[in-house]
Amino acid sequence: MTMESTSQTSQPARPSTSQAFSLGALFRRPEVGAFMGMVLVFVFFAYFGYDRNFLSPFGTSSWVNMASTIGIIAIPVGFLMIAGELDISIGAMVPAAKMSMAVACGYYGLPFVVGLLITFGIAFVVGWINGMLVTRTKVPSLIVTLATLFAVSGLTLFLSLLLTDTTSQALTSPAWAKSLFGDYHFWGFQSSVFWWIAIAAVLYYVLHLSPWGNWILALGGDKESARNAGIPIDRLKISLFILTAMAAALCGVCETVLSNSATTTTNFALIFNCIIAVVVGGVLLTGGFGTVAGVFFGTATLAIVQQGIGYTPFDRNLSSLIIGVMLLIAVLMNDTFRNMATSMAASKKGK
Amino acid sequence: MTAPVLEMRNVDKSFGPIDVLHEISLKVNAGEVLCLLGDNGAGKSTLIKTLSGVHKPTRGEMLMDGEAVSFSNPKQAQELGIATVHQFGGTYPLMSVGRNFFVGAEPTKGFGPFKVFDRQKANAIAVEAVQNFGITRITDGDRLVGGLSGGERQSLAIARAVHFGARVLILDEPTAALGVKQAAHVLRIVNEAKRRGLAVIFITHQVMHAMAVGDHFAVLIRGAIAADFRKGEKTREEIADLMAGGESMADLEASIEGYMETHDGHPPAPQH
Repeated sequence: MTMESTSQTSQPARPSTSQAFSLGALFRRPEVGAFMGMVLVFVFFAYFGYDRNFLSPFGTSSWVNMASTIGIIAIPVGFLMIAGELDISIGAMVPAAKMSMAVACGYYGLPFVVGLLITFGIAFVVGWINGMLVTRTKVPSLIVTLATLFAVSGLTLFLSLLLTDTTSQALTSPAWAKSLFGDYHFWGFQSSVFWWIAIAAVLYYVLHLSPWGNWILALGGDKESARNAGIPIDRLKISLFILTAMAAALCGVCETVLSNSATTTTNFALIFNCIIAVVVGGVLLTGGFGTVAGVFFGTATLAIVQQGIGYTPFDRNLSSLIIGVMLLIAVLMNDTFRNMATSMAASKKGK
Repeated sequence: MTAPVLEMRNVDKSFGPIDVLHEISLKVNAGEVLCLLGDNGAGKSTLIKTLSGVHKPTRGEMLMDGEAVSFSNPKQAQELGIATVHQFGGTYPLMSVGRNFFVGAEPTKGFGPFKVFDRQKANAIAVEAVQNFGITRITDGDRLVGGLSGGERQSLAIARAVHFGARVLILDEPTAALGVKQAAHVLRIVNEAKRRGLAVIFITHQVMHAMAVGDHFAVLIRGAIAADFRKGEKTREEIADLMAGGESMADLEASIEGYMETHDGHPPAPQH
């Protein structure tokens, strides 16, 4: 939408819009802010990390790979946040998916495809449970998914010990699966990078081009009005929770196939990374607004900071400080953006 | 005489043991504004929800064009042309005018599964529909609704309802949060909707606003219709007194009397 609509609004054929283009159009696009943030961070690390090969293929793939594992989940999490919900159970869904793959294919020796079906089946059920609990009980999704985070994580550990008597399991995948889900390709890019790009493209279509995107935005903007407008809000929410759990499962599958092993350890850092990526990407915490491109850039920014710091002379621990400050700036920008969107029109009326 | 577009006959609504509406009888004709006046807690919102299909009446019947109807959900009421516009107009502040206008009924272009939201078409239709209602300040369909004034948002919502074929427009306190100028704006839109032959049910607790557009008035007190009269039959002071009913015992008695009057089958029969 960004490129197309920018060129459309600036067409001389529609003079009424062109005068408001410069600022107004910018405030409607938080991905511009996220993009500028990413460029800024990239330039910073390119400068300080130049001597240590930050810009080399290896340096590039190190942060792109990291971004891809976060990004696959961050975009669906962003969708949920746009719709006014949150899902933190992803932190348990990833290890659950890893273990289910490794136990099914590694321990029981089932075919890889069967393992995939089981894993995505489990993810579907977890997402469905999340969605049903949130829509039926009206308990805030943070609490519901906090509960399922612990439930799934406990169940993963329990079942792993019950079935295999270990908490980590090896997995050897067939060549095609290895190449599709977890191998290093040119420049050292992992397979997950291509999944990330594909998912971003598909979800870009869903949010910005298809009518469903309008529903998601409306759902987060005003739930009651969306319901009155005839949008099946409960079904939409449940679908988004399922989408998020499936994305987490895909991330888990990619990681397991890549490392040929799985452990039951709950990935708490991933939860925070996803939320940071989404917020830095300009999605409003309160819902109703956000873009796929913004989340994409937000994820890249986060990964550049976390991986790039190792290529600079700075202490590695400072990356968390940078991310903290960055997050705060992003949230402040979100608020400013909302005020700007309102006051822009107010000043326009004077013309 | 044609049948009223929407009519309620002796409708009761109770939630468990709690009676919220008692014996409500209302009708609204095409090209007419029915003002429902009532203080907070008088049962206005329950009445709106019953009219718009959110609640089902416990007893009594609802008729459209003289035929009995029953809605099991708001969507059914909408399909029959009953549109409800709430205080903030059912608009989404951080979505564009064009997107707002078509939420739930997006125009698409493209083929097969690759349907794409037709942004330009949506914007063009939305801007035109709103401008037809006299809101000439909205010229850019990409503008975020959050930047519009309260009156403009209401107008957008009303224009939207009319565009999607509403025959009955239920306006829930459209002027409550607005300043004088903005309220006047909305009242003009109400008149425009009336001129186009819509039946309008205008819910408010501001007598001034009701007097400005109403043809027919009903005062709701404690879930019952305490008074039912036509334009010019009562002064502003009398209406205000009626609405304040329930504050003191004397007023309470008056309201019960008013209820008895309608209840006993002596509603002030409107002339058509």
